[in-house]
Amino acid sequence: MDFNDTPEQAAFRASAADWLAANVPTKEETEGLNRLQVAKLWQKRKYDAGWACIGWDPAYGGRGASAIEQVIWKQEEAKYDVPAGFFVIGQGMMAPTLMAYAQPQHLERYLPKLASGEEIWCQLFSEPAGGSDLAALRTKAEKDGDEWVINGQKIWTSGAHYSDFGCVVVRTDPTVPKHKGLSYFFIDMKSPGIEIKPIKQLTGESDFNEVYFTDVRVPDSQRLGEVGQGWQVSLTTLMNERAAIGAGSSGVNVNLAIQLAKEVMIDGKPAIEDSAVKARLANFYVEEAGLKFTSYRTLSALSRGDIPGPENSIGKLVGAPKMQQLASFCMDLLETSGAIWDTSRSKLADNIIGSYMGAPGLRIAGGTDEIMTNIIAERVLGLPQEPRMDKGIPFMDVPTG
Amino acid sequence: MNFEFSEEQQMLRDQARNYLTQHCPTTLVRRVLNNRETHDADLYKGIAEMGWTATTIPEEYGGLGMSHLELVVIAEELGRACAPVPFSSTVYLAAEAIMALGTEAQKQTWLPKLADGSAIGCFALGEAGGAVTPDQISTSMADGVINGTKVPVADGGIADVAIVVCKSDGGDGATLALVDLSQDAVAKDNVQMIDFSRGHAELTFNGACAEVLGEEGAGWAAVESLMNSAAILFAWEQIGLADKALEQAREYALGRFAFGRSIASYQAIKHKLAKMYVKNTLARSNAYYGAWALNAGASDLAVAAATSRVAAIQASLFSAEENIQTHGGMGFTWEFDCQFYYRRAKLLSLAVGSEKQWQGRLVDGLAASA
Repeated sequence: MDFNDTPEQAAFRASAADWLAANVPTKEETEGLNRLQVAKLWQKRKYDAGWACIGWDPAYGGRGASAIEQVIWKQEEAKYDVPAGFFVIGQGMMAPTLMAYAQPQHLERYLPKLASGEEIWCQLFSEPAGGSDLAALRTKAEKDGDEWVINGQKIWTSGAHYSDFGCVVVRTDPTVPKHKGLSYFFIDMKSPGIEIKPIKQLTGESDFNEVYFTDVRVPDSQRLGEVGQGWQVSLTTLMNERAAIGAGSSGVNVNLAIQLAKEVMIDGKPAIEDSAVKARLANFYVEEAGLKFTSYRTLSALSRGDIPGPENSIGKLVGAPKMQQLASFCMDLLETSGAIWDTSRSKLADNIIGSYMGAPGLRIAGGTDEIMTNIIAERVLGLPQEPRMDKGIPFMDVPTG
Repeated sequence: MNFEFSEEQQMLRDQARNYLTQHCPTTLVRRVLNNRETHDADLYKGIAEMGWTATTIPEEYGGLGMSHLELVVIAEELGRACAPVPFSSTVYLAAEAIMALGTEAQKQTWLPKLADGSAIGCFALGEAGGAVTPDQISTSMADGVINGTKVPVADGGIADVAIVVCKSDGGDGATLALVDLSQDAVAKDNVQMIDFSRGHAELTFNGACAEVLGEEGAGWAAVESLMNSAAILFAWEQIGLADKALEQAREYALGRFAFGRSIASYQAIKHKLAKMYVKNTLARSNAYYGAWALNAGASDLAVAAATSRVAAIQASLFSAEENIQTHGGMGFTWEFDCQFYYRRAKLLSLAVGSEKQWQGRLVDGLAASA
């Protein structure tokens, strides 16, 4: 056990830091560009220099870096305010699924452009009738020669409006129980028959969409996994999703809360001296540090070639509610002014209130807290499922409401 | 970077678990608890023969000269087994203090005996209720003579040597005393604690002979430093216990049927057990870092120790409490083993500073470095 860099790791860290210092886009370079444009500019620059998706095979634009080196790179990159969120789904979830199931020519065609940020991918899983019960999805695909024809509706599709491609799970056989009748495809988001409608979130922003499919045609060659194997393929995506979301938790952190507690007063003394404040901060730190070191331990498993397992659900399960509670706590420290969401009056407002307002979404996206808890109970602790009314019943006979 | 125990350390863990499964079954814990025995002397002898008491003591003093990473592996297994032995008092506190602060003669006198199990050590800090600060200590030492009363002292009734925190007029307000407990001028009175399987005592020093351990007037800094290593070592016992309580709850829930199905299939129970798993995992990961920081003498050792301690207290109490809840009425009976973990978890959570104290130390440490 050694939490310090080896000499090789230190050298890698130094070369990453040097490159970042010389290449992070300057204010002048990003002047007049929106976040997506800045993200694409930065991603392409990393790709051209061999610093994009560094864990991937060099044939697809990576540098075959180890899991530890990937963490070192992330730690160094996190020191700069560079946008990254646009590529998380494609690079963190779709790419591992493609690597597991796609044909070699697809990997050559799609992975380099995923790495370079030239093409963005989205994930079309959830439906109005199936959120937590994902496998109850109803969007159907029917075979027509060498193609499939897709009809139905997806929802909560992050980034569909700026995505070039997407992975979609559809029902190809309603006569068998729900998990057995699914298949998994990747599609061109510009295909005729796809209609994208943004959803306005409670934050006022629109990060995700409803996506309607009307007679959308997709070649059979874009199927990942066998017909009827869609659920297993989806699980590969979902496990990577939980790892990707948990690891990428930004927003408020204990360090920020401590700075704040040093500045604001309680009963004439800095809040940081108040024992109730200390107790809360300590508990938040136990979670924050515990998650960090848990992810480090997971690395050792990944370094041996393991795929992310159900124990990764802990990152999102702990991280998302912690973000919500810590943001709420920071607002409480500021008393009434904690509710000011005006960056001209409060420079912390965007971070703190942004976290508070975004956290409810994070607790739901990619599997709710409750589903994450079930996953730990069932797949880590091996406890039995609740009895399921739809078990073993052909999907078309399952009662709906 | 490498975040795993080595193969040798994992083999040591397996060996420790096997030994304790065989030599420290819950029937042995139950006997000690039923009879309010101070400890199981045969078990402690066996543990010493295995070399566990000698783990971190240098070879020149009869030890094995291994690292704290080996010691935490053993600590976890002792915690799992709820072992009724004076291991923590002797190894995490007395031996650590003598190694850190002792003169050559003090080391020569005590370390070989602590290493081979022929002597038991203890650490005497508190005198009255509440958090201990130097100005609340009245036990005093002057000219090699100690007077005062310490209570409760873990393993004080069976120990051969004590590290006693005395007041000091100068320096940081405290001086540590090394006291041979075989003297007539030391009175020992057993004190029953929440955990009947762990002996505690009131120690009264009536003009007993004592030696200064470390520097006079530098005792409080020594206590704080000793508490950092103890917090991490105790955390590993607490994590072993927490995992064992979770396993027991899981096993019971799977086998217990209500309303026609295993209670382990109800979300109310599943989510409870998942929450135990989450707390235990966070505590274990924090203790990994704590163990490394202790072993490497990392600059953020104080924060790492406090984080390990707070997380371990929270996880072990939660798992011990909810283990009983999962068992329902049977968990509340004398006959079931759930009580061992409930008693021990609470005792350990108060052994080297409460959750509140360590939350304070944690945030003070973070604020100082921020």
